[in-house]
Amino acid sequence: MTTLLATERIKLFTTRSPWWSALLALGLTIGMAVMVALNHGGNNPLRVEHSQFGIQFGLMIITVMAALAITTEYRFATIRTTFQAVPNRSGVLLAKCVVVAVLAGVLGEIAAFGSWAVARMIDSSPELAISTGDDLRMVAGAGLVFALAAVLSVAVGVLVRQSAGALSILLIWPLLVENLVALIPNVGRDIQDWMPFINAGRFLNPVPEAPQSPWGSLLYFAGVTAALLIAALVVANKRDA
Amino acid sequence: MTLLAVERMKLFSTRSPWWCTAIALAITIGFGALMSGTSNAASPMNVAATQFGYTFGLVVVMVMAALAITTEYRFSTIRATFLAVPNRPTALLAKTAVVAILAGIVGELCAFGSWGISKLIKSSADLGIDTAYEWRAVAGVGLVYAIAAVIAVGVGVLVRHSAGAIALLLIYTNLVEGLVTLIPTIGPKIHRWLPFNMSNAFITGDADITTRPINEGPPPAEAGLGPWPALLYFAAFAVVVLVIAITTAKRRDA
Amino acid sequence: MIEAVGLTKRYGKTLAVDNLSFSVPTGRVTGFLGPNGAGKSTTMRMILGLDTPTGGSALIDGKRYRDLHQPLRTVGALLDAKWVHPNRSARAHLQWMAKSNKLPARRVDEVLEIVGLTAVAGKRAGGFSLGMSQRLGIAAALLGDPQVLLFDEPVNGLDPEGILWIRKFMHRLADEGRTVFVSSHLLSEMALTAQELVVIGRGKLISQSSTEDFVAQATENTVRVRSPQLAVLRGALGRLGANLRDEGENLVVSGMDCADIGELAAREGVVLHELSPQRGSLEEAFMQLTGDSVEYHTELTDGQTPATLVPAGK
Repeated sequence: MTTLLATERIKLFTTRSPWWSALLALGLTIGMAVMVALNHGGNNPLRVEHSQFGIQFGLMIITVMAALAITTEYRFATIRTTFQAVPNRSGVLLAKCVVVAVLAGVLGEIAAFGSWAVARMIDSSPELAISTGDDLRMVAGAGLVFALAAVLSVAVGVLVRQSAGALSILLIWPLLVENLVALIPNVGRDIQDWMPFINAGRFLNPVPEAPQSPWGSLLYFAGVTAALLIAALVVANKRDA
Repeated sequence: MTLLAVERMKLFSTRSPWWCTAIALAITIGFGALMSGTSNAASPMNVAATQFGYTFGLVVVMVMAALAITTEYRFSTIRATFLAVPNRPTALLAKTAVVAILAGIVGELCAFGSWGISKLIKSSADLGIDTAYEWRAVAGVGLVYAIAAVIAVGVGVLVRHSAGAIALLLIYTNLVEGLVTLIPTIGPKIHRWLPFNMSNAFITGDADITTRPINEGPPPAEAGLGPWPALLYFAAFAVVVLVIAITTAKRRDA
Repeated sequence: MIEAVGLTKRYGKTLAVDNLSFSVPTGRVTGFLGPNGAGKSTTMRMILGLDTPTGGSALIDGKRYRDLHQPLRTVGALLDAKWVHPNRSARAHLQWMAKSNKLPARRVDEVLEIVGLTAVAGKRAGGFSLGMSQRLGIAAALLGDPQVLLFDEPVNGLDPEGILWIRKFMHRLADEGRTVFVSSHLLSEMALTAQELVVIGRGKLISQSSTEDFVAQATENTVRVRSPQLAVLRGALGRLGANLRDEGENLVVSGMDCADIGELAAREGVVLHELSPQRGSLEEAFMQLTGDSVEYHTELTDGQTPATLVPAGK
């Protein structure tokens, strides 16, 4: 397994897209925190959650990066080379998930703490201190959400195999579908409670009306991710490479 | 005219436009059906609510438009194109026109399809398209799709990679414009002048007679201009993107 | 007639094509020869208006490609057989190209017939083998019945049958009075296909001549000598100014023929075990010429190792 992990790490970092994605994710997230902190004025003090407004930028870009990590293998047929070198397909794909997830997790932590730190540098209001458990979960939890989202993206990438298709699904689903379902009369809100990315968001930013606790929400997101990953592994093992 | 025919042949001899058209129609009309099916006395159906899914169709159409040009780069058929038609601006304008026309037609089909299915399901509801607002809400969808397709082609020419272009378009339209409003003080002011907010203002702005609660359709936009100027603004933005794209393509090695 | 004048292409710091001037005459197959990375494809792309030259110009019958009206009627090109949308059928690919230059639709079926793809015309091009893709590319090049044709490495990766087919095809096109410009990194292939040769190395022109002249001029004639008294013979030959090179136990002499060397040996009373004329191979000659810019002084005498190779001019 360590060999597989090392292999996947080399594969990931010898292409350009993870570097670009990392730069963009950090730049946009922290940049958003700067914008918010600089323009914040008036009566409401700047709080921890304000510094985390940009975290969704980072999340979406990490999603793109993770999906590309596997779809580009299909596009350039390097997946065949990979399976030729290591016929244990589940092992290969799990190793890729781990590597991508670790990178995503690290970037998530840097993005979240970086956003908080720049906000803190610009504005020294005491409300910006990480004092409660909720505050800590909101910032430190970003890495967990990023890592899980990365695994989910790899799974979707394995299932779809095309960059364009995988990205369309992975961006349209959380950004549009999950938000718009709430507008369906009567049943919309109840459906939304069981949307995976909504739950991931509620882990960081809990809402009182949610049926699950914050950690319950994260668990649900992890469950959806696991289900997709298992589906992806089964399909990859059955399918011709 | 010949070039328009050429681009039409190219577009329809691949599979992605068919797929995207089918998905756009299914989602928008499906949501129209969902909306009318779940409506009741407490939240009655109206014309605006039938267009609930128009933003879905919009993103799918933009993906289709971007792919129409990025796949040419991916498979290097853009070189074959420029060999056959060395006048690059003409070739790209022809493609943009064809894609925009298709997007417009898909938009009208989505809009009237959603409206039609709602009328079938809730024949009792007041779904007559009478006011200027109601016409814009339904028939305007095609215009917005066509202009959005022009933007997507422009971005596709500039970025040249499917993944990059799609990520840029989807993240911008669905995340950036929305998140901008979260910036305190200046955020909402900037948002009033962002292009896709403007296009939304054309569809949902000036909700004259049909004043409606937020859960009955796409929420009305807070834009800096009235509906028709907003559409012009949106179109002007598309033209700027396209001009930059064509200038770049002309200068760049194919 | 294709004419390149001072054609230059710079990518950042690297000069891919350096002040290249040559002309491709009408009615002949002209080979465009150079090792991989010499700038052949870049040059062809500049001729076809795909890439903009940093300097100089390339003209086809006196016009830039981008100024040609309906260019497929004047110039046909096959630069890369994979420049096809994989989900488009072969016929659909040719149809849109024909339409773009207002060529009649029946021309599509004609060229499919010429290259022998009629049976698979409705199949998606992505499923084609390399040979079939190459044929489709040639069909596209022939669409407008052009007088000028460019082919970039058309035989690369083809099986012997495919290579033979292409070779015959080029000759047929030239016999019909067309200008055929075909690139390759294989001199042996070009020697069989081309009548004229434009040879480049590292983006620079090395020679332009007929294939015959090039081969004659490039391949040096040498004589191999084997003798138990090589030292004596070496001294005598050296005094006459012959070029000598050791090759294992043998001596390779250039600048003198067998008769001269034999007579000299008789005069000096040297026993000869072998005296045989050698003809340099085409590939060697080619390497010698195009390798110019990376040339090393090879003074490999007995006991010396390649570690002592010194770059020219240092």
